[in-house]
Amino acid sequence: MKTLPIESGLLLAGVLFTLGLISVLVRRNIIFMLISVEIMLNAAGLAFIVAGSRWAQADGQVMFIFILTMAAAEVSVGLALILQIYHHLKTLDSDAADRMNG
Amino acid sequence: MLPLLIIILLTGGIAAGIIAYWNQAACRWLSLITVVVDFAIILFIWIEEGLSMTLTDSWLRDSHIPWIPSFGISFHLALDGLSLLMLVLTFFLGILAVLISWKEIQYRVGFFHFNLLWVLAGITGVFLTMDLFLFYFFWEVMLIPMYFLIGIWGHENRQYAAYKFFIFTQASGLLMLLAILGLYFIHGEQTGIYSFDYFALLNTTLSPDTARWLMLGFLAAFIVKLPVVPLHTWLPDAHTEAPTAGSLLLAGLLLKTGAYGLIRFVIPLFPSAAQSIAPWAMLLGVVGILYGAIQAYSQTDFKRLVAYTSVSHMGFIMLGVFSFNELATQGVVMQMITHGISTGALFILAGILYERIHTRDITQMGGLWSKVPFMGVAAMVFVMASLGLPGLGNFVAEFLILVGSWQANQPLTILATAGLVVATAYSLRIMQKVYLGSSMQGYILTDLSLREKLILVPMCIVIIWLGLFPQQVINTARSTVANTMHAGNHATIHQKQDQEEVPNTSAFNTERREP
Amino acid sequence: MLNSLWLIPTFPFLGALILVLVGSRLSRQVAARIGAGSVGLAALLTMAVGYDFLNSGVGAYQYTAWNWFDVAGLSTSFAFYLDPLSLIFIFVITFVGFLIHIYSVEFMKEDEGFARFFAYLNLFVCSMLILVLADNLVLLYLGWEGVGLCSYLLIGFWYSEAKNGYAARKAFIITRVGDTAMAIGLFMLFSIFHTLNIQDILTQAPQVWVAGTSMAVVIAFLLLGGAVGKSAQLPLQTWLPDAMAGPSPVSALIHAATMVTAGVYLITRMHTIYELAPLAQLWVGIIGAVTLLLAGCSALTQFDLKRVLAYSTISQIGYMFLAMGVGAWSSAVFHFMIHAFFKALLFLGAGAVIMALHHEHDMFRMGGLKNKLPVIYWTFLIGAASLAALPFVTAGFYSKDQILWLAWAGEKGNVWFFLAALTGAFITAIYTFRMVFITFFGKAKTQVSHVPGKRITIPLVVLSILSVFGGFIELPHTLGHFTLFSDFLSLLLPSVSLREGVESSEWILQGIAGLLALTGVYMAYVFYIRSPRISDEIKSSTYVLHQFWLQGWNVDALYNFLFVRPFVYISTLNKNDVIDKFYTMLVRATEFFNGVFVKTQSGILRWYVMGIVVGAILIITISLFVQP
Repeated sequence: MKTLPIESGLLLAGVLFTLGLISVLVRRNIIFMLISVEIMLNAAGLAFIVAGSRWAQADGQVMFIFILTMAAAEVSVGLALILQIYHHLKTLDSDAADRMNG
Repeated sequence: MLPLLIIILLTGGIAAGIIAYWNQAACRWLSLITVVVDFAIILFIWIEEGLSMTLTDSWLRDSHIPWIPSFGISFHLALDGLSLLMLVLTFFLGILAVLISWKEIQYRVGFFHFNLLWVLAGITGVFLTMDLFLFYFFWEVMLIPMYFLIGIWGHENRQYAAYKFFIFTQASGLLMLLAILGLYFIHGEQTGIYSFDYFALLNTTLSPDTARWLMLGFLAAFIVKLPVVPLHTWLPDAHTEAPTAGSLLLAGLLLKTGAYGLIRFVIPLFPSAAQSIAPWAMLLGVVGILYGAIQAYSQTDFKRLVAYTSVSHMGFIMLGVFSFNELATQGVVMQMITHGISTGALFILAGILYERIHTRDITQMGGLWSKVPFMGVAAMVFVMASLGLPGLGNFVAEFLILVGSWQANQPLTILATAGLVVATAYSLRIMQKVYLGSSMQGYILTDLSLREKLILVPMCIVIIWLGLFPQQVINTARSTVANTMHAGNHATIHQKQDQEEVPNTSAFNTERREP
Repeated sequence: MLNSLWLIPTFPFLGALILVLVGSRLSRQVAARIGAGSVGLAALLTMAVGYDFLNSGVGAYQYTAWNWFDVAGLSTSFAFYLDPLSLIFIFVITFVGFLIHIYSVEFMKEDEGFARFFAYLNLFVCSMLILVLADNLVLLYLGWEGVGLCSYLLIGFWYSEAKNGYAARKAFIITRVGDTAMAIGLFMLFSIFHTLNIQDILTQAPQVWVAGTSMAVVIAFLLLGGAVGKSAQLPLQTWLPDAMAGPSPVSALIHAATMVTAGVYLITRMHTIYELAPLAQLWVGIIGAVTLLLAGCSALTQFDLKRVLAYSTISQIGYMFLAMGVGAWSSAVFHFMIHAFFKALLFLGAGAVIMALHHEHDMFRMGGLKNKLPVIYWTFLIGAASLAALPFVTAGFYSKDQILWLAWAGEKGNVWFFLAALTGAFITAIYTFRMVFITFFGKAKTQVSHVPGKRITIPLVVLSILSVFGGFIELPHTLGHFTLFSDFLSLLLPSVSLREGVESSEWILQGIAGLLALTGVYMAYVFYIRSPRISDEIKSSTYVLHQFWLQGWNVDALYNFLFVRPFVYISTLNKNDVIDKFYTMLVRATEFFNGVFVKTQSGILRWYVMGIVVGAILIITISLFVQP
């Protein structure tokens, strides 16, 4: 079985992460920002998998499961917050939620 | 017996705070009774010990309860002559503080009395503890209720004053905590026993450099509280803005905790380091005397004027403590007591006037003597005490300090004595602006009520009594003073061998009585 | 009887205590009885004690009331010490004090603060008695400050006028300057002798010091500082003329008879130290000589009756200082006693005149009172004659003549001292009779509204008798050689040894002095009665000098410029405490940085993400490149 070189896997992860990051920075819609964060998380997960297979260790996959769980939790809390924000502000523009300077 | 003194105040405070929801008068009476009970206990101890007080037996009561043994922290309270005197003063002024607030405080009475009693509890703890961790604990206990007293019941600018007071004291207190911890670890490494106990830490051997830094940590807390001049600016604000009882406790007791700390901790724990900074400390004292006096002269706010006189009088304490001889130290003890009474009384007078004419601006007063002769006489007594008239307690104190400091440093003593002239100027200015002259405003005043007489008359009697018969106080403090001197004396000899620098006090040490 | 010595200051003290506590509720009659009665009792007791003391033949008597404080070798007691010197002083204080109290009962009878006045006056008598009876210097200092306090209270007695309060404050502060010097002197004495007991110091001093030791000189100068403050001598004399703001009996008792001579008492009491410090003693003489001339000149130009007397008091105390400067201790004390009689008399007389004329102080609005107030006129005349030292018949002649003679003939005397004293005597005669002539002769300018009663005239008569006959207890060699007074003090105070070959000239000097006094009276007569134009012409031709003297050599202005204004200026300038500015700046700086950093917290999510990214990149870059 032919193994992919580790560089290409990491490169893919890096590209995915950068794309996610850029879209977090340029998007103002909170839902898109949330999706971008998910992309970044998955990029990190991919990097773990690649690294795990390179060293033939299970740790990479364990970490990916962690990330999956965390991402699920994050999305549920995040969506709840987004609902609340939309409820209060009638918009999904993240810049509108600067009243607390937080 | 000793923990009881604190517990009574703490529980009394909580009870008074709760009972005020139903009955405010009951809350006042409860607070009064609480402090009176403590006062009675301490008087009882004094009378009991007063007859058998000897030089060898300096610790009159000792109570040692383990608290957190794993860190060497214990609830260790002990009473000697100095603490005894300070506690008598604390409860005496405590009673007056409750009485003076009787009419003045109408807002959140319960919480006020809770804070008042807890401040007193903190002060009592500070004067009693022989465990440095506990000392720091009480030092903070004293601070927070005081912050509320100023911040809630004060005058116009109370928030600012309360913050300022809190930050100054807290910041300097943290330095002291660092020094305490430093001392704790050094002592622990040396002996293998980690303990915060005062008597254990007394035997720590420190290199001169370490000793100096640790001492500066302690010194920082005490000279801010005292206060010594460049660090004094919290005091005029806090004293001016505090309610009368707050000013009374601040001037009468909180400043004294600084002086007490110098005598109890700085000198015995770091004798040679203290010796080595003595000339500078005395210089700061003299600067304080003159600076405070000059500042006092130009103030137009009655309470602010009195506050600056405190700065000036506390300079004498700094001068006396660092003179390292028995005369001056006895003078310091006297000064702590007499200043507490005379300045406290002046704040009370300012408060009483404020209640009547709603101003503290002395340029708005004048010619009040004819309207309130009794108050005028009382003011005259305390103004004279403040300028150091012989026959009143402050004279004995200042005279002893100056005679003592003359042995240590003559040029500084001359300057300090010159401060007495400025003291005359600012003291008489109070009389002139408030009571003499003709009245411009046509105020309608009533003279002192029975309650106010009950406050001021005992103060008058005490200040005259201390001026004419100070020996009882001197005897009570003698053993403590002798112990402190012993520490200083030891350091002098030690330092003589180690360093070339010959301390100023050496000439006097040879003829000092050994305890 | 001797052991009731402590009662002498106790009576006035109790009087003061009662009057302070319940005075406002007592009727005037009762208050007067308590006030004057307590001093009267003290005077009677003084006589009894004095009689016993003279009969017992002991040199001194000591009574310890209680131990005041005792710290590390500094042991002081409330202890009284009676010897001939203090006996003379307590006699004058209680006796003259009693007469003045009686006078005050009438003088103050319409005043609101009647009981308060007597309370202060009694407290004063008590403090003054403690001062002269003290057996240690700390107790003496207590009396010393106590009389200062009473002086303050009584100068400012009519407090509703702010200027009286300021005069009182000035008196207190200026004397406090001197007291500070004295306090430092006490510290030095203690560090040398390890005691502040006067007798112990006086016996030890000659053993510890040789004459002229610098330490002795310094201490003597410091004590002199206290003395010049209290006795209103140069350079601290400026408070006394202003002190005339107080009621006249106060001026008579405190600012003429007793308190202002406390300096004389102190120096005489510590005379051993001055004998050991010739330089300081010389300066006592110089200060006395200069002061008596300066004050005499100022007295010449005053128009306020009481201010004439005030300057005259300064000048007369100058004589006492001069006497002490030449070592004529008993002459100084003798002059003190006679001066107490005649100056109290003059002040009381002046008070009676002022009261009779609706509180008019200006002499030039008086005049012609000779016939309207005959008793006051005659007694005042006797007092004035005594002050001017008219030869042979007045007590003042004998006391002043002794000083003049010893200033010349004494071992420490010199011709300058003598000339100063002689000129002073001449000036004294002029200003005294200027005052008499302007006040009592000529045309009446103000109506007499109140004729003094018995309580005023009796003390005047008694004092005028003393002002005449008091002098006969000490007569010079040339005139009877009767030395009761100096014999009484001889055990205590050394007598002056004369220079060689001067004895024969004594009567010549007396003649000159007597003649000068008479000439002075005559000149005053010429200027102010026979041809008043001359005096007006002199006045207008020397207007600047006249103003200069009227303002007391402008010393007040000088001190204002040198001390008072800079002090007040600095104090007011720094009212808001410059040190606080530092802390305020600290707070400002914190707030400024807070303001800067708070900008970063915009609330815009994308900025935060950007921050995280930039931060992460920075950290990664740094960790990649910086770490080797």
